[in-house]
Amino acid sequence: MAVKQLSVFLENKQGRLWKALSTLKNEKIDIRAMSIADTSEFGILRMIVSDPKTAKEALEKEQFAVSLTDVLAIEVEDQPGGLEIGLDLLNNNNINVEYIYAFVEKKSEKALVVLMTENNDKSLELLESEGFSILNEDVYSI
Amino acid sequence: MTEKGTYIFNKKRECMDRKELEKLQLRRLKNVVNYVYDTVPYYQQQFDQYGVSPDDIKSLEDIRLLPFTTKDDLRKTYPWGMQAAHKDDIVEVHSTSGTTGIPTVVGYTQKDIEIWGEVVARGLAMAGVHKHDTVQNSYGYGLFTGGMGAHYGGQKIGAVVVPTSSGNTNRQLSFMKDFPTDFLTCTPSYGLYLAESLQKQGIDASEIPLRAGVFGAEMWTEEIRHKLENKLGISAHNIYGLTEAIGPGVATECMEQTGMHIQEDHFYPELIDPNTLEPVDPGEKGELVITTLTKTGMPLIRFRTKDLTTLTYEKCACGRTTVRMGRIFGRSDDMLKVKGVIVFPSQVEEVLMKMEELAPAYMIEVSRPDILDIIEVQVEPDPSFLTGTLRDIEELRSVIVKKLKEALGITVKVTIAEPFTIPRSEGKATRVIDHRDFS
Repeated sequence: MAVKQLSVFLENKQGRLWKALSTLKNEKIDIRAMSIADTSEFGILRMIVSDPKTAKEALEKEQFAVSLTDVLAIEVEDQPGGLEIGLDLLNNNNINVEYIYAFVEKKSEKALVVLMTENNDKSLELLESEGFSILNEDVYSI
Repeated sequence: MTEKGTYIFNKKRECMDRKELEKLQLRRLKNVVNYVYDTVPYYQQQFDQYGVSPDDIKSLEDIRLLPFTTKDDLRKTYPWGMQAAHKDDIVEVHSTSGTTGIPTVVGYTQKDIEIWGEVVARGLAMAGVHKHDTVQNSYGYGLFTGGMGAHYGGQKIGAVVVPTSSGNTNRQLSFMKDFPTDFLTCTPSYGLYLAESLQKQGIDASEIPLRAGVFGAEMWTEEIRHKLENKLGISAHNIYGLTEAIGPGVATECMEQTGMHIQEDHFYPELIDPNTLEPVDPGEKGELVITTLTKTGMPLIRFRTKDLTTLTYEKCACGRTTVRMGRIFGRSDDMLKVKGVIVFPSQVEEVLMKMEELAPAYMIEVSRPDILDIIEVQVEPDPSFLTGTLRDIEELRSVIVKKLKEALGITVKVTIAEPFTIPRSEGKATRVIDHRDFS
């Protein structure tokens, strides 16, 4: 089961990240996880948020370029090698990881990892069979 | 039954036998040359200096004996030095924006206003405007000739003219839907802006009964025509004019969309090589030179428009016999020379507007930080195209660089800007900024 990641195209200009986050604040939207991929001129802000649909609409209203992307969210053991097992599995199956970022869950011993691979369906199947727990919509309300 | 099609507003004039038309043009040319010689000291002085007298004009070809008039002449005589009519007879004044120097002011007599209404009416009829139609006129009203010109043309037909002027886009859109309006007149860039705004508000073009639009006052391309036609569900017609000559309406495109019919009974066109100032061979590109044949406020003799185009005298399928001018593809003075290569902004536009991944807005900036020129083109991706990976954007950028290189022969720096950050214009779009200091 894939979760919705919010991807926001940002020019590398002062105040743009703030403006995007401030838009979310005004809609009372919580950010569960985020990462930024950047070049010297622009970046893409990737977020898992409490209400992806409302967040998208609010950002669009402020004329941001936003898209919702399907990504995988999995739980890994918060210990050395916790993530490595999963990546090893994908590697052995020749699946390339496009990007990845992690966040730590407050109330458990697990860490959460957001993954985008060249084949999300296949990755999900593999990771599930290996015993990783895959998060669905409940990731929005962690 | 109410008619909806296109029609010829003034058959007698627009479908004249060529020989008859030339006779009329010669008679009017003689008149206007005599008139300016008698009333405008500057012309008299110029003609005398050239050793030419109004009596020397015995055929249309003899127009070549007369000196050209340039923007510089108009500047030298600012504000009223080129006016032929007495102030008592001037009823309206328009002016160029003056972005390239001192503005040019043009006084209109009542007769000029009538001619203006007539030529614009002919153009609107080409797009299919009838007296029972409603024309939303989103050209800016004021010193700029777009607003009043389209206004007089619409009124001449007897149509309902809604003088929205440009701006207040939401109101513009609701008028379009609620009145509803049948025709739109504005600059192509404002037309695109309205189309984008419709899309943003989730209004489908089919909800807008608009049938056609007449767009002018700035350079545009076939690609922009396709965008306007598709996004607004209309046919888009090109109109040409210049404040110095009268404003919009000097030439307009009929339903055939194969060039703009010049209203030759009022404006006499020549096409010259801007370097040698000699007439170009038939079919060749050249700079358009206009002589006003009937204006009385500020007539112009052989005015160099700086607009580069082509002329075709072949009879048009629409039945009109008047000469057609092609799309303006550049100006002899806004041609950019970058790294020694000649670049017309329209070449850049042509490439960008063909790409569906891009929004219809762009900006060209030329600079010379040290000794080498840098040309940078800013574009906006269409938001629907962004999928959330950097790779998409980088790929898009390299495709644009490659296409521009193919079209221009030089490497252009391409910057991807956030959606809706490149300024949309409500009047004439500024799409080229040259930061180089040549002084």
